[in-house]
Amino acid sequence: MFDDPLIYLKVFLVGGLVCMIGQILIITTQMTSARILVSFLLLGAFLEIIGVYQTIYNFAGAGIAIPITGFGASLARGAIDAGQNLGLIGVLTGGLTATAGGIAAAIFAGFVVAMIFNSRTK
Amino acid sequence: MNETQRNEKYNAYIKSKMPKTKAWPSLFHAFWVGGLICCLGEFIKELCLYIFPYMTSLEASNWSSIIIIIIAALLTGFGIYDKIGAYAGAGSIIPITGFSNSIASSALEFKREGMVFGLMAKMFVIAGPVIVTGVLVSIFAGLLYLIF
Repeated sequence: MFDDPLIYLKVFLVGGLVCMIGQILIITTQMTSARILVSFLLLGAFLEIIGVYQTIYNFAGAGIAIPITGFGASLARGAIDAGQNLGLIGVLTGGLTATAGGIAAAIFAGFVVAMIFNSRTK
Repeated sequence: MNETQRNEKYNAYIKSKMPKTKAWPSLFHAFWVGGLICCLGEFIKELCLYIFPYMTSLEASNWSSIIIIIIAALLTGFGIYDKIGAYAGAGSIIPITGFSNSIASSALEFKREGMVFGLMAKMFVIAGPVIVTGVLVSIFAGLLYLIF
């Protein structure tokens, strides 16, 4: 399972770097978290479209996939692949199909948590 | 005093009252917390592959995102994720855990406004723009490759 312990170093450095760039953006532009998320999602999708994402992924694995850039890249890759296989309907279904697991899990977990717990922010 | 002058004065006042994030330490906090969350994701993925050897790499990544999404939602419920967020800033927002936290915390916060128009509608206050942009950009990407 730990064939390559070096991967964790790469994951840590690349993942940390992505988050640090985000923090720089927050400090310099006072962006809200929704805008930060949207910007990095677009960045991930853009990297996937121009074909750079896969190279970074092969190098850093979860370091680029766990940040929201990975979500954007999955959306783009899903629509591209399904579009190539199924045509126009694939373009529409591909993106959400590829990311449905994450979105459904976030909605499900968020709903259950909201039902069980009470808000702590007063 | 005309309106522009007043606005400028107001903005300057707000800026002087805003809590100042110390730039350098916060960059470091974001770096190590963000990096650690990514390592956790990688670890869960490799654990999945180790326990279920026939799982494809893509399935394992999917499981790893789903698991840390659920962990983040639970931590939000216990009020721990807010503390991580206050310390790490973007280090807690940018990983997929931040997406999960945005849904869970909005759902919690707006629960008191009712089930349908509170919890269910407003859980997407932050995640909504993300999903909308994501769908739009995926259609754009698919079309781009379909045409060219």
